[in-house]
Amino acid sequence: MRKNLPAIILTTLLLVLWQVIAMGINAHYILPSPTQILAKLWELRENLFLVQMPATMGVTIIGLAISIVLGIGLAVIMDLGPKIENALYPIIIASQTIPTTAIAPLFVLWFGYSIWSKVLVTILITFFPITITVYDGLKSTKREMEELLITYGAGKKDIFFKLKLPTALPYFFSAIKMAIPLSIIGAAIAEWLGAQSGLGYFSKRMMAQLDGAGVFAPIVLLSAIAMVSVAIIGYLEEKLIKWRKEI
Amino acid sequence: MLEFKDVTFEYSGYDCNMMDKLSFKVNDGEFISIIGASGCGKSTVFRLINGLEKPQSGKVLVDGEDITLKKNYSAYMPQKDLLYPWRTIEKNICLPMEIQKKSKSEMAQRAEEMLKEVGLWEYRNKYPKDLSGGMKQRASFARTLLTGSELLLLDEPFSALDSLTKISLQEWLVDEWQKHKKTILFVTHDVEEALFLSKKIFIIKDRPVTYFEEYEVPLSYPRTREDMKRGDVTEIKEMLINQLRGKVEL
Repeated sequence: MRKNLPAIILTTLLLVLWQVIAMGINAHYILPSPTQILAKLWELRENLFLVQMPATMGVTIIGLAISIVLGIGLAVIMDLGPKIENALYPIIIASQTIPTTAIAPLFVLWFGYSIWSKVLVTILITFFPITITVYDGLKSTKREMEELLITYGAGKKDIFFKLKLPTALPYFFSAIKMAIPLSIIGAAIAEWLGAQSGLGYFSKRMMAQLDGAGVFAPIVLLSAIAMVSVAIIGYLEEKLIKWRKEI
Repeated sequence: MLEFKDVTFEYSGYDCNMMDKLSFKVNDGEFISIIGASGCGKSTVFRLINGLEKPQSGKVLVDGEDITLKKNYSAYMPQKDLLYPWRTIEKNICLPMEIQKKSKSEMAQRAEEMLKEVGLWEYRNKYPKDLSGGMKQRASFARTLLTGSELLLLDEPFSALDSLTKISLQEWLVDEWQKHKKTILFVTHDVEEALFLSKKIFIIKDRPVTYFEEYEVPLSYPRTREDMKRGDVTEIKEMLINQLRGKVEL
């Protein structure tokens, strides 16, 4: 708690400042105050929590899960040899130069308003940091530790499971912590661009109605979900990897 | 036990030859120290024995057989303990047995014996970070023994330890060697350590290494620190230091 005190103080100050400025401007369709947003969250609670949030979470969880599998898979394949790495790396980088917001409507054309157009946007944004971070983790194996295993007669499989995998585990957790907010952003962007439900979609609809607080309410909810998820992963990480600093 | 036959070796990408037609023999059960200045190729000898490097020409034989045809004939103990931080001490020392696909019960039994022997039984469920430098080296030695190999290659295992820990581990190592009757090759740059531990000392003088100068240590086992003050021992010590001193670049 003491560790978080500066953050709490600063956040409170900023919120107060926001409240004061918003009350001064007094135009809630441009800048709603924090209290107005909270009131809106409460007012729309049933719709937001029971209809829109489950839709967004569905996209996020499926997108994140596929991104993790794809990200780790690519990292492991690239680690097999420099030839494979050289072949894949440019394609992976190129995938990140695609302006997602521009290409997303195309996904809607391909998959319609089904969940898959949104999942695809989410994957496109999310898999990249997982691939790169896990790949770095696999590469960070100490040469001398690997050689020691070889002198014991270890083959590639032993080296992977007994050395590379545990070495990459802390990197995997870092990757997940980055990937969670990105997957939520991905899902929200996808909904913003074309959907019939979800927090992103809802925020956009409120925008059309010039309801400032209504635009912010789902965004606040998304941030809260991201923060709680990252905190849970951070806790798990601390429990599971006590040796992180020893590598 | 171990024989080098006209071994020539150079690291690819480097011009200088590390070894040129080097031949030497190590007998069963010997404790031999290899000393020489840094960068003279001491560790390269080990890399050739454990197969991490292949000679350009010549042969390395263990028990008369080419090492390329053999498995688990030697066990390497590196300078750093290289214990895996995510494994407990017990799991760490089981690593070579896991790779040899030993059964769980055999692993547990041998690990227990070994941990008791090296005085780490109470620490079996601790992680490397919880152990002192000396304990970690003992764990590393236990792991080396559990490879089951008869030939142990110890690469400056005590060089990073403080001097008191080093002295007690040296005495401990001689005891272990006598108990297990293994053949030990011990790389060091510490002349006194070599004299205290080994039966024979090989000196590497120049690069490329073409031969080892061999010295018998005129002491029997068990030895004490007092023996190191004997006239004939100090004489050898001075001579060795003088031989090596010319090779040190400042």
